[in-house]
Order: sequence, then C-alpha cells, then structure tokens
Amino acid sequence: MIINHPLLGPRDSEEFVYLGSTDLIDRPTNWEEDASSEDFYQYQYIRDNIAGNHRELWYHEQGDQSWLVVTRNTITHEITNVELAQDVSRAMGRGK
Amino acid sequence: MSKTRYSAFKVLKEALTGHKGWEPTWRDAEPKADGYDVIIVGGGGHGLATAYYLAKNHGITNIAVLEKGWIGGGNVGRNTTIIRSNYLLPGNEPFYEFSMQLWENLEQDLNYNAMVSQRGIMNLIHSDAQRDAFIRRGNGMLFADAGCEYLEAKEVKERYPFLDMNNARFPIKAALAQPRGGTVRHDAVAWGYARGASDLGVDIIQNCEVTGFNIENGKCLGLQTTKGDIKAGRVGVCVAGSSGRVMAKAGIKLPIESHVLQAFVTEGLKPVMDNVITFGAGHFYCSQSDKGGLVFGGDIDGYNSYAQRGNLPVVEDVCSGGMAIMPMIGRARLLRMWGGLMDMSMDGSPFIDSTEIDELFFNGGWCYGGFKATPASGYCYAHLLATNSSHEVATAYKLDRFRRGAMIDEKGVGAQPNLH
Ligand SMILES: Cc1cc2nc3c(=O)[nH]c(=O)nc-3n(C[C@H](O)[C@H](O)[C@H](O)COP(=O)(O)OP(=O)(O)OC[C@H]3O[C@@H](n4cnc5c(N)ncnc54)[C@H](O)[C@@H]3O)c2cc1C
Repeated sequence: MIINHPLLGPRDSEEFVYLGSTDLIDRPTNWEEDASSEDFYQYQYIRDNIAGNHRELWYHEQGDQSWLVVTRNTITHEITNVELAQDVSRAMGRGK
Repeated sequence: MSKTRYSAFKVLKEALTGHKGWEPTWRDAEPKADGYDVIIVGGGGHGLATAYYLAKNHGITNIAVLEKGWIGGGNVGRNTTIIRSNYLLPGNEPFYEFSMQLWENLEQDLNYNAMVSQRGIMNLIHSDAQRDAFIRRGNGMLFADAGCEYLEAKEVKERYPFLDMNNARFPIKAALAQPRGGTVRHDAVAWGYARGASDLGVDIIQNCEVTGFNIENGKCLGLQTTKGDIKAGRVGVCVAGSSGRVMAKAGIKLPIESHVLQAFVTEGLKPVMDNVITFGAGHFYCSQSDKGGLVFGGDIDGYNSYAQRGNLPVVEDVCSGGMAIMPMIGRARLLRMWGGLMDMSMDGSPFIDSTEIDELFFNGGWCYGGFKATPASGYCYAHLLATNSSHEVATAYKLDRFRRGAMIDEKGVGAQPNLH
C-alpha cells in the first residue's frame, strides 16, 4: 500500500507503524473522576472494527516521525484521504 | 438420510460394487418455518462443532447452523492446520489441553478421517533469556499434563540437519517440543463435524447470510437472513473474523479488531520435515503437508482488514524468517498464498460468553490460533448454550474481563491486537 503523506508525498506503507482507530486520539480527560474507569475501558479496549472506510493512525517511523490519520477502506485497502494527525486533533478541540 | 459408517470394509465393498453405495456426507437443509431451539450463526469449524456437541452431549437437536457462503469456506479451510497445547497461562492451558484430548479421540468419535497427525511441534530457542521463558512455559505445560520435551542444540541438529544452527544473528540454542502437537486436515474437520451434526438432526443451511437480529425488550427472538426471518429460542454467534460486523447488527461493540493473516505453500518436495518447526526470534512457522508442500506462515499484516488477502511486505518478512532458520526453503518455489480474517482480541485470547442481550451468545476472538481450539470451543460453547454456565475449562473467556482487569495476555504486549 502507498500512503500519500501530506508533506512528503507517496510513501510505502512499510515505512510506517500502525496503531489503530483514530478514536485513540480522543483519550478521556476526566481521569480524576471515579466514573472515568468506564470511559478509559471503552477507550482502551472497545473498537468499532469497521468494515468500510476506517480512519486510522499511522506513525511515519522511518520518515519524518509524524503521526498521520489515514482514511482507508478495510474491505478493499483503498486509501482515500491522508491528514496530519495534529490537524485532526486540533479540529477535535484537543491540543496537538 | 441413513447413516453410512465409514470403514475399511465399506471401502472394499464399494470398490467391488462400482462405488454406487456412497451417499452425501451431510444433508443440505432449508430453514424450517417454525424456527429452531438454537441457531448457530457461522458454519466454520467452531459453529459446526458447537452444533454437534449440543446434539450429542445435551440432546438438543432442533438446531440450525446458518452459513453465509459454504461450510469450510472461512478460516477453517484457510489455516495452516497446526494443533498444540503449549500455552502458559492458567486461563488458557487447561482449555487447549482439553482440546488436544478431544483431537486425540476425534476420528473415532466422528467416524471420519480428519488425518489427525501428532507429528510433534518444536519451538526453537535463540537466546538464554528465551530459554528461561520457554522452560517456564514447559513447566506450565507439565502442570496441565500436556507433556513437553526440552531439546539441546545437538539433538535439534541431529533431527533436522537442514537448520541453520549458527546463524549470525539468531543461532539456535535449544528447543521446546510438544510431541503430542501436530497437524489435522482442516476442511475434513468441517466436513466431519457437519456429518456428525447432520446425522443427529441438525439443519446445515448454506448461502444464508445473517443480516440482522430481531431483538425486543433486550431479548433476541430470531434472525433476519437472506433466506427470510428465522425464529430462534437462542442464538449463538460464531463467525470468527466477521465478529465485529455481525455483532454490530445487534448493537454490540467488542474488544476485537479484524486483521488479515496470510499463509503459503510451496511445490511438493520429498519428505524433509516430519514435524512442525517454529522460529523463536522472528515470526515464521512451517510444516510439510502429506502432498509434500512446505506449509508456512508468520505475522499478521498488521492493520485492520476485512479483505481476505494480504500485502507484499509481510510476504518478505515471513520469507526472511524462513531463510534465517532453514535456508534450503529459498530453493523451493511458492505454489499458492492466501489470506484469512482474524478476530484479534485485545489480549490475544478468545471469548465464549453470554452478552448483554438475553438469548444472544458470542464465541470469537480466536486470533490466529482458533483451529486447534475447534473441538474444545464447540464443546464449551455447547455447554454454555445448553446450561447457561461456562464449562470449567472456559471460565476465563468472559467478555468483561478487561473491565475487571482479568486479561489473559500470553505475550504481555497489552491492548494492541496487531502485536499478539
Ligand atoms: C492463514 C491462517 C492460518 C492459520 N493457522 C492456524 C494454525 O496453524 N493453527 C490454529 O490453531 N489456528 C490457525 N488459524 C486460525 C483459525 O483458522 C481460526 O481461528 C478458526 O478457524 C476460526 O474459527 P472457525 O473455524 O469457526 O472460523 P470460520 O471458518 O472463519 O467460520 C466463520 C464462518 O462464519 C461465516 N459468516 C460470517 N458472517 C456471517 C453472517 N453474517 N451470516 C452467516 N455466516 C457468516 C463465514 O462465512 C465463515 O464460514 C489460521 C488462520 C488463518 C487465516
């Protein structure tokens, strides 16, 4: 698979390390509350496991070491969008 | 359909009478109008074994197995056929040893030749730290009466002279073997259980995809399928790599990701290895089929996938693992390669459990190791479906174990499915 890096252009997916769903950006922030254990459980262990377009985190380990959000179809492996994770994170109202 | 018993005498008789007396191995059925006591979703090894043990051990025979394609078309017909019970953790090892004991008696029980071959499995050891870890594992196996054997480098070399004992990076220092491990003809397992279940009255319904669940007031009443709605007293989902997308139709999210695993087979060669060998420093394992092909595999591709086909970087990774321990494999030509969907769980261990919806049960999370589990998985799932309680060797396989901090993480890598 070729990942079209927003800064570096087309790169072989072998240069990257895969983490998982983009939901992993959205780490619960209520860790001081008792109720947070359920939120952390959902965050850490439960997955949508989508068959279709999946937004996922890839780390460019053998390149510029940036985190990317790749939109990839899990049935066909076709990649339709690649963004910098820091942009996505900011758009979610989080820090970079 | 009358039950034909297979035997040497029957083969001889048919040979002399023009093979006119053979019947279909199992009965292809259509859904009954008034539904079933139990419906199993998924006609893989686990689903068919579940139906068989429900009928045989618990006397429940008004059962259907619904399969969206044809039975044996999923992972049960795509795996590399290795069986073993060499796990470490108490939540796992008694279960896999129970499975091994069922394998040892499977063909007699089913009256079906599944080519169960206890040719042995040998895990290579490449460093002192790994030796310590494997000796610990071996002790775990001895506790569960699974048996094991520790082999010094000299013995390994004597048995398998083709191994690269002095590889510069990964020299072979020793091995941990389980002589009772081995291989089984994978699709014969599906056919054997299908035949056993069918003879006990189970309806096996192919080309019948489950498209939704009829749930009212938190209770599952039946299924929507491509062959219409079917009523069910109880439903057991058992769809391996499709677990995520099937359970999503019931509104249930799982601690599972689907990934693809590839396997490879070379052209037929003369006999060179009479057991299963696994590389301890990278991910590669190999055995030789009865037709002579070297059957091998390694890591999963590493990203979420429902594609049933893999990518080339992993092909290179697996083959370089092979070259590191048995360089002669570089001379063999690759005949076929394929992929299957893995239901990778968050700790690498499976689930056999009830769900938050009444009368809806779940079996999955088998990762790339569910073939060896087929008999015990069916046995324990049938026990759960019939009695509402976990079988004693499957009590740890609960869906809420992450919430309780009770993971069964053999490798200790945490909630990262592509590392298990
Ligand atoms: C390449 C490869 C190598 C492997 N090697 C080994 C090994 O050496 N040893 C080992 O122990 N394990 C191995 N495994 C793992 C093992 O094959 C699986 O864990 C096991 O087969 C899963 O259980 P099953 O047989 O019930 O799955 P499957 O055969 O996949 O059965 C699930 C069935 O559910 C059906 N289904 C899905 N969705 C629906 C629906 N909506 N409605 C109706 N039916 C549906 C599918 O069509 C499928 O037939 C390997 C797997 C692969 C892919």
